[in-house]
Amino acid sequence: MSNEKRATQLEELLRRSASIDEEEWRGARRSFTARAHSDGLIGVAFEDHDTPLGTLRINATGAGIVRIALPGEDFEEVLEDLAGKVSARILRTSSPPITRARHELDDYFAGELRTFTLPIDWTLVRAFRRRVLYATAQIPYGETSSYRGVATAAGSPNAVRAAGSALARNPLPIIVPCHRVLRSGGALGQYAGGLEAKVQLLSLEKAI
Amino acid sequence: MSGEKQMSDRRPPNPRRRPSASPLVPFETILEQHGPAVLRFCVARLGSDRGEEASQETLIAALRNYEQLRNPAAVAGWLFSIAQHKIIDLERSRTPVPISHEQIEQLAGGREDTDRIEGIWPQVARLPPKQRDAVALRYLADLSHADIARAMDTTEEAARRNVFEGLKRLRKDLAASGPVPSHEMTPSAVLPT
Repeated sequence: MSNEKRATQLEELLRRSASIDEEEWRGARRSFTARAHSDGLIGVAFEDHDTPLGTLRINATGAGIVRIALPGEDFEEVLEDLAGKVSARILRTSSPPITRARHELDDYFAGELRTFTLPIDWTLVRAFRRRVLYATAQIPYGETSSYRGVATAAGSPNAVRAAGSALARNPLPIIVPCHRVLRSGGALGQYAGGLEAKVQLLSLEKAI
Repeated sequence: MSGEKQMSDRRPPNPRRRPSASPLVPFETILEQHGPAVLRFCVARLGSDRGEEASQETLIAALRNYEQLRNPAAVAGWLFSIAQHKIIDLERSRTPVPISHEQIEQLAGGREDTDRIEGIWPQVARLPPKQRDAVALRYLADLSHADIARAMDTTEEAARRNVFEGLKRLRKDLAASGPVPSHEMTPSAVLPT
């Protein structure tokens, strides 16, 4: 047998021995995640959650929900954005705010919850944009407002366009109900999750 | 107030902003990409229980210090250099300790922590340390020579040489000690014919 052949076979043997199976890794991963939680090392925890709109991704810091990604969004891109802006110490795991969000979202889609009371982390939204989202959060279940309406409520009646852009970049859709904001005159306007999703949410709330 | 003064005043260390401009990928991605190899690497070196312990210590230390990582491209080398240190720490802590009744029963039943140091790895463990580490990083962790160099704090050329010398010595040892106790492969495949 040639030396080269023997070398390759030795390498193959080295690679193949000491294997671990999927189940073993999952177990080790679980205990690592539990330890990361108890040591307070997780910057952002995330989990996927199925709803009538499709699968949402719920992202939370210790302080609260920081970002909800809608089915149409690129979840990996959202994670990369969070890594840059909030923390790169991101893990797929549950956390108290995520569990709470799952329950409230389920109740909301079942028509049994009208106001979200889960903790929110506003890190991703600053200044005027945050004021616009605060104003949006005040629109009652089943009612709608206009871009001008939220701009006014945010203290800048003329900043209609800026209000529209703040809503388009709402990191907390559904929870901060930007779907309740329509064009003056009642046209639907835009929605990050697609117009169909906007209609679905408004119909659920019997707002249209 | 001068603009310069303002600048220096406005520079408190912000833990959220890293000094380096290159973005870090979410730790989750690192974990899924390298986590199983870290576990494999530690278990092959230390056995199931202590191996899993070393693996967890490695990943926790990595997560704790992740945002201080200067060169995201070298993440694999960095991760396995931590693993390397954790393994050494745990090997050092292998001092005789009073053992419990259950442990005695376990040992009597033939169950030891070395159960998973299987196949060819006991032979690898007997290589000179640098060769042993380089071979383990190459074949258990599946690292490139550049990443091995980083993990072992040496040059790429030295890493390549350590892997090469390790393999050479391993072949020689195997030829001298007889067949490899592995059902995955016939002895003749590793022994010179």
